[in-house]
Amino acid sequence: MAGSGINVLFMGKNFLRLLEGLWVTMRISLVSVVLSIPLGILFGMFLTLKNPLSRALGRVYLECIRIMPQLVLLFIAYFGVTRAFGWNLSAELSAVIVFTLWGTAEMGDLVRGALVSIPAHQYDSAAALGMNRGQTFLWVILPQTLRRLVPLTINLTTRMIKTTSLVVLIGITEVLKVGKQIIDANRFDYPTAALWVYGVIFLLYFLACWPISSLAKKLEQRWR
Amino acid sequence: MKKRPFILKLTALAAAALLALGALAGCGGKTEGTSAGAAASFRTLDEIKQSGKIIIGVFSDKAPFGYVDENGEYQGYDVYFAQRIAKDLGVEAEFVSTDPASRVEYAATGKVDLILANFTVTEERAKQVDFALPYMKVMLGVVSPDSAVVTSVEDLAGKTLIVVKGTTAETYFEKNHPDVTLQKYDEYADAYNALLDGRGDAFSTDNTEVLAWALSNPGFTVGIDALGNADTIAPAVQKGNTTLLEWINAEIEALGAENFFHADYAETLAPVYGEAADPDALVVEGGVVEN
Repeated sequence: MAGSGINVLFMGKNFLRLLEGLWVTMRISLVSVVLSIPLGILFGMFLTLKNPLSRALGRVYLECIRIMPQLVLLFIAYFGVTRAFGWNLSAELSAVIVFTLWGTAEMGDLVRGALVSIPAHQYDSAAALGMNRGQTFLWVILPQTLRRLVPLTINLTTRMIKTTSLVVLIGITEVLKVGKQIIDANRFDYPTAALWVYGVIFLLYFLACWPISSLAKKLEQRWR
Repeated sequence: MKKRPFILKLTALAAAALLALGALAGCGGKTEGTSAGAAASFRTLDEIKQSGKIIIGVFSDKAPFGYVDENGEYQGYDVYFAQRIAKDLGVEAEFVSTDPASRVEYAATGKVDLILANFTVTEERAKQVDFALPYMKVMLGVVSPDSAVVTSVEDLAGKTLIVVKGTTAETYFEKNHPDVTLQKYDEYADAYNALLDGRGDAFSTDNTEVLAWALSNPGFTVGIDALGNADTIAPAVQKGNTTLLEWINAEIEALGAENFFHADYAETLAPVYGEAADPDALVVEGGVVEN
């Protein structure tokens, strides 16, 4: 009774369902990434302030988000908020909020590192040319920072895409969950389906992340 | 370095953006929310009927109890029952995919009206959610080779029984039948291999599990399919949602009269457990568990 597992991929709407799952994954992660990058850049600047209060605030936010597993944050945003305040956030909105908060924290720290790494003589030279603080930042510091940030940001983006598989625990059916559903529904007739389904999921993740990587490569070359 | 003024402006912007995000979250909550009141956010029976749909949390990857078929439709023993509930309420059923770890939270926060996800009744869970009458039970089963089928606990005297550590089978035999020699394994896969190799004479765990395994492994039979104390499986609602709970209880009692859960068994479980298995070892009719 055990046919080849590859058959399950073409049964009914299975392949379409996997693609729909991938779309859910990409939608949540890309919305979060698009929100996280600008917010993270602002947060990174905030972290470089010398004010002790702002430093403490930034530090607490960063450490809280970074130390807590994303799964815990998802449960807090989805179930905890309902328990505490009675707000009933949709699962997808909760996921976007959590991944944006997380992405902002991580991105902020990357931006902080990049900003700090710009040598002091860059500021001095800009000042010598008569630029004011705003101009210095916009025309001298920011371009150099962005170039340093490209590989780090791509790293974070692909990490966010892969981490979204956690959203199954708040009931969102993304690509990995669809895969598990297909494997489970066929576990009596096609015990070898798991290998094929996970293989296809691997390929789908690769196809989703690869264009982002190559875009980053292009950007790095152009900005050299 | 005195680059503060510009950066301060940007900081203010960042703060504003974060606030906006928070506000967005708040708004989303109010539009999505069913009742923006305190934690008591469950929907009463009348509210469910008015809205035209009941939201039911089920498993989506636990065949044959709750799974999704190749056309993306929910199927299984729990889903069959859920469809009937929706039909009798005169509403549509909207399914939400839940996992073992999140079932309690879903019911406790009222994110779903009803949980029908192979939910075993325990004292711990009963503190968080309200259970309705049971519609299924899980007991122990014993599977053994066709050449020497074990059909009663007495048959096990002087034989070696395989169990998995931490399961109810282990505790049951240690407590009630200390004379049976137990051979313990950490993983289900190891235990099944031990049975296949003949390292033990029989293997005991949940009856649903051994029944499904015996069907796909010719040469083995489930000689005992209902042993020990029955753990019951029941629908769960948010604590305090009495209107819905009472309706479900009445529904389960009424369905008992037409032997609904036997029909459910025949439709969803029989193909997996085989005609040889006795439906009465699993099914509970009218909410009454007979031991």
